Amino acid sequence: MNKIEVHNLTHIFGHNPKRGLKMIKTGHTKKDVLKQTGLTVGINNVNFTIQSNEIFVIMGLSGSGKSTLLRCLNRLIDPVEGRVIVNGTDIKSLDKKALREIRKKEFGMVFQNFGLLPYKTVLENTTLGLDAQALSEEEKMNRAESSLQKVGLKGWEDKYPGELSGGMKQRVGLARALAVNPSILLMDEPFSALDPLIKQEMQELLLDLYDEMNKTIVFITHDLDEALKLGDRIAIMKDGEIVQLGTPEDILTNSKTPYVEDFVKNVNRSIVLTASNIMIKPAALLYENDGLNVARYKMSQNNFTSIFVVDHKRRYKGIVRFEDVYKAIKNGDKDISALIRQTKTVSPDDTINDIASDLSQSNVPFPVLDSGNYLLGILVKGTILENI
Amino acid sequence: MNIKIGYFVELFIHYLLDHFKPFFSSIANIIEGFMVGTESVLLFLPPLVFIGSLVIFAWIFTSRKIAFFSFFGLLLVFGMGLWISFIQTFVLVLVAGFFSLFLGIPIGILCSKSKHTDRILTPTLDFMQTMPPFVYLIPAVMFFGIGQVPAVISTVIFAMPPAIRLTRLGLNQVPDELIEVGNSFGFTPFELLLKIQLPMALPSIMAGVNQSIMLSLSMVVIASMIGASGLGSNVLNGIQKMEIGVGFEAGLSVVILAIMLDRITSNIKFGKKNINK
Repeated sequence: MNKIEVHNLTHIFGHNPKRGLKMIKTGHTKKDVLKQTGLTVGINNVNFTIQSNEIFVIMGLSGSGKSTLLRCLNRLIDPVEGRVIVNGTDIKSLDKKALREIRKKEFGMVFQNFGLLPYKTVLENTTLGLDAQALSEEEKMNRAESSLQKVGLKGWEDKYPGELSGGMKQRVGLARALAVNPSILLMDEPFSALDPLIKQEMQELLLDLYDEMNKTIVFITHDLDEALKLGDRIAIMKDGEIVQLGTPEDILTNSKTPYVEDFVKNVNRSIVLTASNIMIKPAALLYENDGLNVARYKMSQNNFTSIFVVDHKRRYKGIVRFEDVYKAIKNGDKDISALIRQTKTVSPDDTINDIASDLSQSNVPFPVLDSGNYLLGILVKGTILENI
Repeated sequence: MNIKIGYFVELFIHYLLDHFKPFFSSIANIIEGFMVGTESVLLFLPPLVFIGSLVIFAWIFTSRKIAFFSFFGLLLVFGMGLWISFIQTFVLVLVAGFFSLFLGIPIGILCSKSKHTDRILTPTLDFMQTMPPFVYLIPAVMFFGIGQVPAVISTVIFAMPPAIRLTRLGLNQVPDELIEVGNSFGFTPFELLLKIQLPMALPSIMAGVNQSIMLSLSMVVIASMIGASGLGSNVLNGIQKMEIGVGFEAGLSVVILAIMLDRITSNIKFGKKNINK
C-alpha cells in the first residue's frame, strides 16, 4: 500500500519563488536560477512513493535538499509546487486545523540536534508531544513510561537533558516521537551528531524497534553506510533532485551516475553484498549416477581438488574429493555414493560479512542453495576478495 | 526661528483631558484601590511578622545568604524609624512593577510575533527610555492629580521597556529546531507559546522582571516631587532642609530595598532547577 506519494514536488527558497519556478521548468539549472534571481532551489521536481512499513532512506550531502524534502512531507515547509499525499490525503489542500490533526495522528519527528527542552526532565520531554493530544494525565504518563522503556531509558525519568550523553538524548527524542504512536516516523539525520560506536548502537535499536512495530520510517542521512544498513529503499539526492532510487543492492551493483558511483566507492560493500551477488557458475558438476572415472576426468580437466555432486534435477547432494576418488579407483570400487561428504552450505541472502571468515578457513568452495536445495552457484575465496 | 512642538503637545494633552476625563479617572480609581488595599494589609501586619515572612520566602526560594541580608537590612530600616515610608515605597514599587510586567510581557510577546508591531514599538520604547523621567511627571499630574497614582503611572511608563525588550529577545532566541518540534507535534500557536517558547525564554524574561523593578526603584525618589509619599519624600525633605542625616537614612533604606529585591528576583528558583544557572 502506498503510504506517502510525492508528485512533482518543487520548493524554492526566497522572495517571490514563482520567477525561479519558471526558469526551472524551462530547463535551467539550480546554479542559473541562483545567479539570475538570487533564489535557492531546495528541491526540484521530485517524484516517489513510500510503501507502508518500509524504511525509506533519503541520502545526500549537505545542501542536496534532503532535509527540505523531509519537511515537505509534514508541511513544516510549504512546497511551492507539487503534491504530497499521505494515506490518501493531499497535505497541501488542508487548512491549518486539519494539518495540525494529521500531524498529531500520523507523524512523529526526530531531530538532528535532539530538540529537547533543557529545563524539563526526561519524562516531561517525553510527554511533550502528548500535550497536544486529548489524553488524560494518567494515559500520558503510561504512554511516556512505556515509550521510555522501549528505548532503554527506564529509571532516567527525573534527569535533565544536560545530564545525559548524546546517545541518551537521542533516545529521549525517539521516545518522544514514539509516545504519540504515529504511523510515520520522520527522522532528520538523527544519528549524525553521535560518535561511531553509539551511532551503531542506535541503528540497531531502531531496527529492533522497527521489527516490533508497524511503522513507516523516512530516514535522512549523509552516510551511505547508514543508508545501506537501514534502508529498504534508498533515494540519493543531488542538487535538489533524486539521482537514483532503489534497493541497497541496486545502488551498489548498478550505480546510474558518476555521483552515486563516487559515493559507493567508499562504502564497505561486505555489509550489503549477498552470496547471490557474487556466486559464480561452477565449471563442472558431478551427477550422482556418474561413475568414478567420470569424476576423476571432470576434476583433472578443470584442475579441481573436489567437485560438487547433484542429482538430475540439480539438487545438491554433497562434495567428492579427488584423493578419495583416486583411492577408490585403486581399490576397484565402483560406487560413488560412499564417497560423498557434507560441507557447509550457504543461502543466497547471506551477506559476505556472514560468510567471509568461514570461507577463508575452508579449503573447498561453498555451494549456494535455495530453499529447495537447488544448487544456484558456488562461492570461491577469490571472488570474495575481489568484491570487498 | 521657533518651532512650537511643545505647543502642539499641550494642545494634544488638553484635547485628551477634555474628552477622556472619565477614562483616566477610572484608571486612577483602579490603581488607587490596588495601592490602598496592599498598603493597608502590609501596614496592618506587625513589622516583625512582615520581616519574618519575607525572610522565610527568601530562604525557601533563593538562598540563605540573601535571607540573612534581608533580615538585618529590614531590621535596620525598622530601627531607623522609617518603617511606614519603607512600606509605602515597597508598595509603590510592587504595584508599578506588577503593571509593568502585566503590560510589558504580553506586549513583548506581540512584538516577537508581528513584525509590524515591532517596527512601531521599537522607536516608541527608545523614546520612553531616554526621555528624562521628570517630563512624565507633568502630564501624569494633569491627568491624575498629585499623590501615589500619578507616581505609579509615570513609574510604569519608565520601567516597562526592559520587560518588553527582554521578553521579545528571549522569544526570538528560541532555537528554530524547537519551534519545529512543536509544529511537528501539531501544536496550536498558543500551545507552542505556552509549552516551548515561554519556558525557553524564561531566563531572559526574568532578567526583564529584575530590570523593571530596579528602574521602578530609581523612579521612586523622583516621583516624590509630585507628592508620592514614602522614602522618596524623606529624601526630598532632606534636600529641602539641607539635613544630610535625614537624606542619608532614607537613601540607605532605598539601597537596602533595591539590593533585596534585586537578589531575590535574580536568584529565584523554579522547581528543582535554578534557571539562571
